[in-house]
Amino acid sequence: MTARSSTPGRVDPGAAVTRRGGPRRGRGERAVERGLAFWLLLPTLAALGIIVAYPVGRAVVRSLFDDPIHGAPAFVGFANYAEALWGFERLDFWNAFGNTVLFTVVTVAVETLLGLVMALVMHRAFRGRGIVRAAVLLPWALPTAVSAVMWGWMLQPGGIVNALLGTEIVWGGAEWPAKWSIMFAEIWKTSPFVALLILAGLQTIPPHLYEAAAIDGASAWRRFTSITLPLVKPALVVAVLFRTLDALRMYDLPQILTGGANNTNTLSMLVIQAATRELKQGYGGALSTITFLFVFLCAFLLIKAIGANVFAGFGQAEGGARR
Amino acid sequence: MSTTATAGQGAAGTRNTRSRRPLTWESWVIAGGILLLVLYCLAPFYWMFVSSIKGPGEIASNSLWPADPTLVNYRGVFGGENHFGYAVRNSLIIAVATTTLAMVIAVFSAYALARLRFRGRNLVLGLVLASSMFPGVAIVTPLYQLFSDWGWIDQYQAMVLPNISFALPLAIFVLTTFFREMPWELEEAARVDGCGPVGAFARVILPLATPGVATTALLVFFAAWNEYLISSVVSITLASNPVTVALAKFAGDTEFQQPFGSQMAAGVVVTLPLVVLVLLFQRRIVRGLSAGGFR
Repeated sequence: MTARSSTPGRVDPGAAVTRRGGPRRGRGERAVERGLAFWLLLPTLAALGIIVAYPVGRAVVRSLFDDPIHGAPAFVGFANYAEALWGFERLDFWNAFGNTVLFTVVTVAVETLLGLVMALVMHRAFRGRGIVRAAVLLPWALPTAVSAVMWGWMLQPGGIVNALLGTEIVWGGAEWPAKWSIMFAEIWKTSPFVALLILAGLQTIPPHLYEAAAIDGASAWRRFTSITLPLVKPALVVAVLFRTLDALRMYDLPQILTGGANNTNTLSMLVIQAATRELKQGYGGALSTITFLFVFLCAFLLIKAIGANVFAGFGQAEGGARR
Repeated sequence: MSTTATAGQGAAGTRNTRSRRPLTWESWVIAGGILLLVLYCLAPFYWMFVSSIKGPGEIASNSLWPADPTLVNYRGVFGGENHFGYAVRNSLIIAVATTTLAMVIAVFSAYALARLRFRGRNLVLGLVLASSMFPGVAIVTPLYQLFSDWGWIDQYQAMVLPNISFALPLAIFVLTTFFREMPWELEEAARVDGCGPVGAFARVILPLATPGVATTALLVFFAAWNEYLISSVVSITLASNPVTVALAKFAGDTEFQQPFGSQMAAGVVVTLPLVVLVLLFQRRIVRGLSAGGFR
């Protein structure tokens, strides 16, 4: 990416600074910049250190100790991890793990498809675009806690959803209806948002590409698969990546909607239950570390699999990948 | 804009033909799609509102409009056991404090990342990105213990500080993108004319960056207003409960009859300010979201 920053014809204010011994800045000024950068970044690093790095470290250390009812915890190595993965508690763990993966795969898949369709529809609409955009933003802006309470009301046995569907499903009363209500509510809240991200990608596609393709006799479907999809891919990729990471951490919605009843626990809920309700901090620490590693593994695999440089606009690519 | 003159003409040409085109079946499909989309997004809000103005006798009915609209649920929300007004005040304090502090810190960092060259820059970027990905539950218990040691349980700062840390990656991400677009030559010119580095930044860049900063502040505010996980653990009493926790609480305490009417009324109270903000700033929010690319 760095090589691209010196593309001829592109005025790049960063280039002069990057170039060693550049014409505008001497050694002294670069030292000043380094010092300034340190002080400017210090608050961020301190905030992330206290609230992210330190607690994560503490949880990892605590996960290596047991949970005695009286007295000080003793070092037990990876016993808490073994307990979760194939010990006495494994059923709870693997159920929560399975639910987390199920919720993530289903919601992200549906959100992406639905979001793509919504984005294609919005891309064509011209009049009243502001109103449509505001409507689409509202589910995203609504706190998940409120959304959960709202869906809880609509999914009551005698509620509006059953009335509209003509069914008498007790949504909170059995495993699969409970799981579906969580997934419905999640999809409702986030697919409009995915649509907005994809729409932003659609709007960067130059219209003359479609005209040229139409002149060459390409069908609408062909234009969609050969022009729209490849060009909207970066936006899709960003949406899928961040939605996946969010879905893997799902907590508020299932916690408030079902409280984990009927096998709807997610990994995040299990961590909180172990640590707060059961006061098992060592075991809870092991669960949180596993969740943490799992989310990171998924992030790593996704970024690897996708291949595209998702963070191109952010890292060292100065101007190269920017639109 | 790198569009050449011919491409510009081409675009203008299409726009003309498009607006002149008569209503085809295709435009009807699109209009129908838009209608469905808006209905999909807004229908649950409508139902929440209608339920909130139905009295106890009518709440169970699924009529689309109450026969006898009443404000009894709203009185229940703000009076009685619920005192939802406290929660609204708490959320406002927490969200405003989070937004102000996070923005100051994020502007510093984004300036450094967008403008300065230094070793370890990519490391900092990596750390910021990584902390945006990690699961919040991984820190709740240690954080609870830490805050207990400090006597912070039930205090605003126990929610403000974590909110700041959660907001920083997004805010830095979005602001860095905005700062990259700034005309930095103007700042250099100001410095040549005798402004100090701080003066040059404050007088030239900051005014130009205001839209970007405002957009980011809005996103941070939304995130802080919506936070639930940390608050549900570190905020125990009504005195510090934000709206999200208070709402979920007066749902779950009784097993027999959930006070759905007042829950929906509380939901409307929480949603109204969001509706106003979204209507006012939808263009900004969308721009910020696509700059940040996530959440």
